[in-house]
Amino acid sequence: MKKYYAFFALLLTCQIAHSQGNLTGNMETVFQYLNEDTVINAKQPIQKGLINSYMNVFYTQGNFKAGMRFESYLPRIQGYPNRFDGTGLGMRYVGYQNEFIDVTLGTFYEQFGSGLALRTYEDRNLGYDNLLDGMRVIIRPGKGFVVKGVYGTQRLSFQQGQIVHGAGLVRGVDGEVHLNEALKSLKEASLDVVLGASFVSKFQEDDNPEWVLPQNVGAYGARAKLTYGNFYADAEYIQKEADPSSDNQYIYNYGHAAIFNLRYTQKGLGILLSGKSVDNMSFRSDRTKDLQDVLINFLPSLNKTHTYNLVATLYPYATQPMGEVAYQADLLYTFKKGSQLGGKYGTTIGLNFSTTYRPEQTLNGIDLNDSSRVVYHTTAFQRSDSLYWQDINFNITKKFNKKWSGILSYYDININNDVVKVSDAKGIIHARIAVLEGTYKLNTHHALRWELQGMWVQRNEQGINDKGNWATALVEYTISPGWFFSAMNQYNYGNDDLSKRVNYPIVTCGYIKDATRLTVSYGRQRAGLFCVGGVCRPVPANNGLMINLTHSF
Amino acid sequence: MTKLISYLFVCAVALNAFAQEPTHESTSLLKQLPSVKLVDMKGKAVNTDQLTTGGPVIISFWATWCAPCKKELNTIHEVYEDWVEETGVTLIAVAIDDEKTKSQVPVYVNGKAWDYTVLMDPNWDFKRAMGVNNVPHTFLVDKNGNIVYSHNNYAPGDEEELYHELLKLSEK
Repeated sequence: MKKYYAFFALLLTCQIAHSQGNLTGNMETVFQYLNEDTVINAKQPIQKGLINSYMNVFYTQGNFKAGMRFESYLPRIQGYPNRFDGTGLGMRYVGYQNEFIDVTLGTFYEQFGSGLALRTYEDRNLGYDNLLDGMRVIIRPGKGFVVKGVYGTQRLSFQQGQIVHGAGLVRGVDGEVHLNEALKSLKEASLDVVLGASFVSKFQEDDNPEWVLPQNVGAYGARAKLTYGNFYADAEYIQKEADPSSDNQYIYNYGHAAIFNLRYTQKGLGILLSGKSVDNMSFRSDRTKDLQDVLINFLPSLNKTHTYNLVATLYPYATQPMGEVAYQADLLYTFKKGSQLGGKYGTTIGLNFSTTYRPEQTLNGIDLNDSSRVVYHTTAFQRSDSLYWQDINFNITKKFNKKWSGILSYYDININNDVVKVSDAKGIIHARIAVLEGTYKLNTHHALRWELQGMWVQRNEQGINDKGNWATALVEYTISPGWFFSAMNQYNYGNDDLSKRVNYPIVTCGYIKDATRLTVSYGRQRAGLFCVGGVCRPVPANNGLMINLTHSF
Repeated sequence: MTKLISYLFVCAVALNAFAQEPTHESTSLLKQLPSVKLVDMKGKAVNTDQLTTGGPVIISFWATWCAPCKKELNTIHEVYEDWVEETGVTLIAVAIDDEKTKSQVPVYVNGKAWDYTVLMDPNWDFKRAMGVNNVPHTFLVDKNGNIVYSHNNYAPGDEEELYHELLKLSEK
């Protein structure tokens, strides 16, 4: 009998290969061979070699779609969350879609509005996957209208090659309308309006002997986007019902998340002002979980994502879901070609400011002795004086001639380490970082790029300056389109602990052919934080060989 | 085992038979643009399988936090007018910024005075469907929606290869 199945499977494969269907996908493999290095406290795993792999395969034929992802962690690479283990199917779905309806059964990723109520997504570099496994329907009843409904359980973990689901059930519905597409009379209107609303509910059985826990918890809210000429504004507000959990120590307060963006843009200029207020907004499909487990919503941190390694990985800010009030201003301006400051090619300057505070919590109208377990009162956007984060930075990008171009960047960062805990240091860490980058084009295909980075950490009131000052130098030689070679050294020259004034040299070479990319690195990597969207994972120090292969098909 | 081999053989023969058949569309084996619904910077809906109605397109996946991506798009920006004039190409810059940095996308695009069509892919639906591992990843798509070239990196000079492929396409 088994053989018949195999035969049918083969036949089906033949069939798929020859139909007009479309097969796409991609794969990635990361391999590490690690050495023991007592100087930087890097451990050698007992297996010595570690490997992460995955492959996505997507198939569409006409209105039919199907997809799957095989994942393999034998075992997972260093620093990767322990939610990834074994080899097996980590995602699979079938579906049907046309212009009116889109149905998916199985696993799916979805975002309502800006994600404050619901966002399931994956980031394989980060080791994050909170997909929903169940059913999703998207209906487009008319031009400009979209209605989505989701129902499912979340991926909590992947053990011995199998998805482990979270304890709770997630249900949600979201509607959005782009008025200018939906209403003929507004088609030519100069004001462009998008309106939306979401409702998300989770169910988890009350198995707690101590409290009477709500088994169904809802989160709901609305959003709007307005564009008028060069002006743009958007806002979203989501309220969450009482959701006692281990995150909030089982209090019965309501939570909220609000976000707004105001923008003015014209050719050569962009200005943005954003604000965010969050209180008691950790929303998980299992109230007992923590870290990055089964989060239903997404609370972005409000600051720029930096790319140079010292500023990106030593003191990044991670969202505080229990509460924060944040603001950001961002400006980009290009001096025109031919102007005095623009020169022959134009000069671009970027300015960015972001700040985050603890929200103000009061006891107005709160009786701590009653049985409500509502323990404080907050008002949206009301902040206290307790600073969590501040970042002032600017950069200047200039092309001098056909061969030379450069970027100068400066960052002034204050991070409250008692809250964000990027290291063991107490109090506020104040770091200043300067980076100079240059590119020299030797000819059409050959180029040399270099970076010089310095980080100066100020001693705070307690006399603490964390790990002290750092310097980084990098050179990279590229031969388009196939090759690159780079060498980098980071030096912790200002560490108070003389034994930790260590060099971290690493060399990398890469080969790229079309959609295939192979990189090989060897050397030391310092401990740091790898962050995406305000979600971070610590990467321990390591020493050894790393091979990375990616391919798309 | 022998059974399996014979099945494989049957399959191979079947494959061969199909391959011998004159295909009415010689490009059918090429990867086609998938259909994903995205929005532009204003919130207007765009279906990705309709992107090539106006001719060939370059689809470039980028993010505000990706230095080589910005370098690539700024380099092409300097010659974009010429490319459009010569080949009728449209460049579609797909921003994979999530909610953290999504609002900075129009600031960068306008601040740099880009003339590209910009689409937002905050939850990576199009990125996933296109099999993009990391950015920058640039695709060249012909007017029938067939993906004819892709490159996953940017180094100075890569734009020359892209231009060369684009010229080959417009000569067809």
